[in-house]
Amino acid sequence: MKETVKRPVLAVGPFHPLQEEMEFYQLTLDGEKVVDIDVRISYNHRGMEGISETLQFDQVPFLVSRVCGICSASHPLAYINAVEEIAGITAPERAQYIRVIINELERIHSHMLWVGLAGHFIGYDTVFMWAWKYREPVLDLLEQITGNRNNYGNVKVGGCREDIPNELIPKMLKDLDKLDKKTWMLTKAVLDDPIIHARLKGVGILTKQAAIDYAVTGPTARGSGIAIDVRRDDPYAAYADLDWNVISQPEGDVFAKAVVRLLEVLESVKIIKQALKKLPDGPIAIEVKEIPPGEGCGRAEAPRGETFHYVRSDGGNRPVRHKIRAPSYVNVPSFKASCLGGHISDVTITLAAVDPCYSCTERLAVVDGHNNIIHNYESLHQLSCEKTARIKKEIGAPEWKLEDI
Amino acid sequence: MNQEELNNKLLEIKDKLIDIERKSDKRIFLPCEAKNAYAVNKFLFEDVPLRFVIATGIDAEDCFEVLYHFSNDETGCVVTVKAIIRDREKPAIESIAPFLPGAEWIEREIHDLLGIDFKNHPNLRRLILSDDWPEGVYPLRKEAKK
Repeated sequence: MKETVKRPVLAVGPFHPLQEEMEFYQLTLDGEKVVDIDVRISYNHRGMEGISETLQFDQVPFLVSRVCGICSASHPLAYINAVEEIAGITAPERAQYIRVIINELERIHSHMLWVGLAGHFIGYDTVFMWAWKYREPVLDLLEQITGNRNNYGNVKVGGCREDIPNELIPKMLKDLDKLDKKTWMLTKAVLDDPIIHARLKGVGILTKQAAIDYAVTGPTARGSGIAIDVRRDDPYAAYADLDWNVISQPEGDVFAKAVVRLLEVLESVKIIKQALKKLPDGPIAIEVKEIPPGEGCGRAEAPRGETFHYVRSDGGNRPVRHKIRAPSYVNVPSFKASCLGGHISDVTITLAAVDPCYSCTERLAVVDGHNNIIHNYESLHQLSCEKTARIKKEIGAPEWKLEDI
Repeated sequence: MNQEELNNKLLEIKDKLIDIERKSDKRIFLPCEAKNAYAVNKFLFEDVPLRFVIATGIDAEDCFEVLYHFSNDETGCVVTVKAIIRDREKPAIESIAPFLPGAEWIEREIHDLLGIDFKNHPNLRRLILSDDWPEGVYPLRKEAKK
């Protein structure tokens, strides 16, 4: 038998209609243990850094909001931070608060989306239904403020394009109160659930040292005990005026990342409520004539971690170089540290734990070289669900299904 | 690490740098020759230590620049090492991926887009460009844009 046949390879990806970005994982297996992982990306390379150099400074935010459908507020904001740094301008206070509100709403809906998907991947669809149900009103709020559920296109160099009407604030506060309650309920239900404990604790551990070596950010870093958050460390918009906490957990497993995200949703609600109550009156933008030559680094904390934009200007009306670093770019390679030695039924949730615009597991195909068994996504999802069922039985959890409720 | 400690640390590698440019309290640029970049980056990552953010490759007409961005999260300061590669014919620089696995992808990306060779990189395969992209055509170079 050839050497290649002896080491079965699990192919994850690259395409799925739900994915924003195509990723292709090749997991080398020994039995059911993962011994190596190789990642291929860029199936959908759009050349945005190149395109950005052909656009004018005030056209670029619309381009970068399309870097990612979910992070469509943080990318423009990071870019704007960089350009405003070059120009040495500060947006009016009201605009700073509006930026905070939109970015935190984005964080809530992104984290809710993740919680739902994580539930689905371990065969716990109740969590999926709940989380996505409570996510919907957040998108409605975003639509009321910006006119869009995604791709808000609301920031510009020197301020914001759309104002939040003052008469909308009482309604928004009411909606946020409701969301607060529901999120508490969901958080408690998820964090007290013995099955979720058994299924996620100790799974896909990313140690603190590995997190530093792979330079991960966001909930992936904070779940490994590295309490970094650009909103606090390098404050932009109005974050320095608001009172909130950076959530971190030392364990580094999938459960820790889930805890971080759920508690961050509650912090985000807190931030938005404060921002709405403190929202100062005044203009939402200042006029910006030209961008002088220079270079700037802009950062924003996206739901998945730090978004970094580097912009260089030669004094013309277009950037001469615009580097975009999305958080998944550093979070994804950390699979090499978190997946190895793990069980194949834990791979889906470990890969999902960094929230890499994921869904690619729908294209899983396993070739088991020993027995010539071919698994597809359904059978791997089945493996994951069976493990949950097994744990349920072992810990004596009541056997009920979604249909029983 | 506070700002003062960082400033003192940076003085330790002053002889490897061309200059220490302070654009503001939170933005420090360290221009250096390509041959010193490895030592400077290793010092920043392991001895200071700072968090690696990303690298940016730039075609600056008469030379190539590779900017290594690091973050000091206690003060929110971004420290950028600006490595200048003067050889336009065969641009090359020492890879930092052997001690910093988080830089493996970005070096592959810069290799794809600008054709800069990262010496001793553990795995300098294509990352961004497709398999059928012609050899020797680098999309972010100035001549490719004309």
